[in-house]
Amino acid sequence: MQQSGGQRIVIEPVTRVEGHGKVTILLDEAGKVSRARLHIVEFRGFERFIQGRPYWELPVAVQRLCGICPVSHHLCAAKAVDWIVGAEKLTPTAEKMRRLMHYGQMFQSHALHFFHLASPDLLFGFGSDVASRHVLGVAAKYPELARQGILMRKYGQEIIRATAGKKVHGTGAIPGGINKNLTLAERDELRRDLPQMVEWSKATVKIARDYTLAHIEELGSFGSFPSNHMSLVRADGAMDLYDGGLRAVDAEGKVIFDHVDPQRYLDHIGEEVRPWSYMKFPFIKAVGPENGWYRVGPLSRVSACDFIDTPLAEAERKEFMAVSGGKPSAVTMAYHWARMIELLHSVEKIDELLHDPDLQGTDLVVKGTRRGEGVAIIEAPRGTLFHHYRVGEDDLVTMANLIVSTTSNNEPMNRAVEGVARQFLDGQTITEGLLNHVEVAIRAYDPCLSCATHALGQMPLVVEVCDVDGRLVDRREKGSGE
Amino acid sequence: MTPRILVYGYGNPGRLDDGLGPALAGALAGHDLGDGVTVETGYQLQVEDAALVAEHAVVLFADADATCAPPFQLRRLSPRREAAFTTHSLAPEAVLALARDHFGGQMVGFALGIRGYEFDDYGERLSEAAQGNLAAASEFVLRALRDGSLAGHAVRAERGGDVHVRA
Repeated sequence: MQQSGGQRIVIEPVTRVEGHGKVTILLDEAGKVSRARLHIVEFRGFERFIQGRPYWELPVAVQRLCGICPVSHHLCAAKAVDWIVGAEKLTPTAEKMRRLMHYGQMFQSHALHFFHLASPDLLFGFGSDVASRHVLGVAAKYPELARQGILMRKYGQEIIRATAGKKVHGTGAIPGGINKNLTLAERDELRRDLPQMVEWSKATVKIARDYTLAHIEELGSFGSFPSNHMSLVRADGAMDLYDGGLRAVDAEGKVIFDHVDPQRYLDHIGEEVRPWSYMKFPFIKAVGPENGWYRVGPLSRVSACDFIDTPLAEAERKEFMAVSGGKPSAVTMAYHWARMIELLHSVEKIDELLHDPDLQGTDLVVKGTRRGEGVAIIEAPRGTLFHHYRVGEDDLVTMANLIVSTTSNNEPMNRAVEGVARQFLDGQTITEGLLNHVEVAIRAYDPCLSCATHALGQMPLVVEVCDVDGRLVDRREKGSGE
Repeated sequence: MTPRILVYGYGNPGRLDDGLGPALAGALAGHDLGDGVTVETGYQLQVEDAALVAEHAVVLFADADATCAPPFQLRRLSPRREAAFTTHSLAPEAVLALARDHFGGQMVGFALGIRGYEFDDYGERLSEAAQGNLAAASEFVLRALRDGSLAGHAVRAERGGDVHVRA
């Protein structure tokens, strides 16, 4: 591919984020960065995979999308199908079982991200030797921390197994409810390790908080910028990761829209297509495509809600918000601290639910008047997730539209990459340092870049430099020693 | 005492031949595999799998392989503290290293790569050629479980002897 008037530098794929990504840095005539783009390959063909299936298969079928957060897709599809079968209000047992599953997913996903993706950057520094700056380096230098991360992840997975039936491809959520309650034996087993999980979560938030506060000045200029934020909130403004109405706030924290019914999301959210990317660029219609882009995920959820309804996480939220004067944080790397606040919130909610007798109830499913269309929104670990389906009279799916959190964070990630490229590109060569800093900025968003296959031999890390005529002038394969 | 054996088939069954690992686990279901054999499936290998792996003497990781010679390739694994390109999914060698370092695992590990051909689409089906490779791999694993050769590897390794693998 030729790029007139400049030189193109390509970095692909981004390591330590799921799937494949490619970063293109466009230089101007003077050799300075004129633009940076993050290309993401994802979801092509998925709608075709879904269309023509009976709607009741959706909660199980959509889990094929992702090996990292299948529970989020499982629950979001189930919520959309609830609407289709007219089950607007589930039984307490069904809703609480689903919530427990969701908090288990949030807990294990955030623990995995922090201990095994982010902590190498935080514990060793962005510029440290890549030979040890990964999870196994952490395991070697901080064995107890690595072990905690593994056991926290395992605990979340056990909650998923108990509520969904299986660790992966669970079947727990069904149209209008849930197919099992939590047995007393399962409850007691999960209660056993709970105090340890709470203590480890508190300690983990401290690591993220101390790191952020100690480096706040340098992080303030690292791929950071003010932005709009969006998330679900409960009717009283509390953080709600499972259900609620949509709220968007601007960089000052001023509300753009609030308590939007998920069924009306298209009145407020538009999607722009750009020719150079497979991913769409969602925006807030009231603000327009130019300035209406927004962030989602932990940073946005902690920033947009009025409060968190669990005491330990709420105390952390107050401290987090005080750092930015009560406004949403512009610091991209503050995602890590916000993510750990949510980790703590999740384990507090798990504690609450494991002491709620409704989980042993037997009223599991409700039904209502059948509809031809359903929308659901859930806060997945990485951010707001939309599922929208239309179903024919024959019960077969005729239309599926998904907006995943990584799509919502598309523009912010591009801006973060561009900021880092401007700051760290020295000359026209991709240095290890540049590559590392670009990865650190992208990783803060915890993107799931593709629901890609992972077969042996499928994931080379290749770095290429092409000249103005598209000729390959440099190529590096990460980890090969070349 | 019979050594505990884990057969762990992983991959995404919704991405065509990427589902070869879980398909192998599925093919073993319904067969009498003998005492001490556990069959598990997953999308990807994750850090918490280290705890499960450490509970076994022999671990056979079964996955789709995009490049090996058909129908399948078996290789002995050594624990290795080396990151793959993504740690959302770990290499089997890395899982063995975590199992050894954090859970005291003393297992012998093998990777069974089953040759696949089609990966770049959604669909819950295996290509025709991959189905043939799966049949050959399933037959091999069943034979190795029944004749005790997989269990024998653990015994030989424990005695400090060489472990020879022949597919």
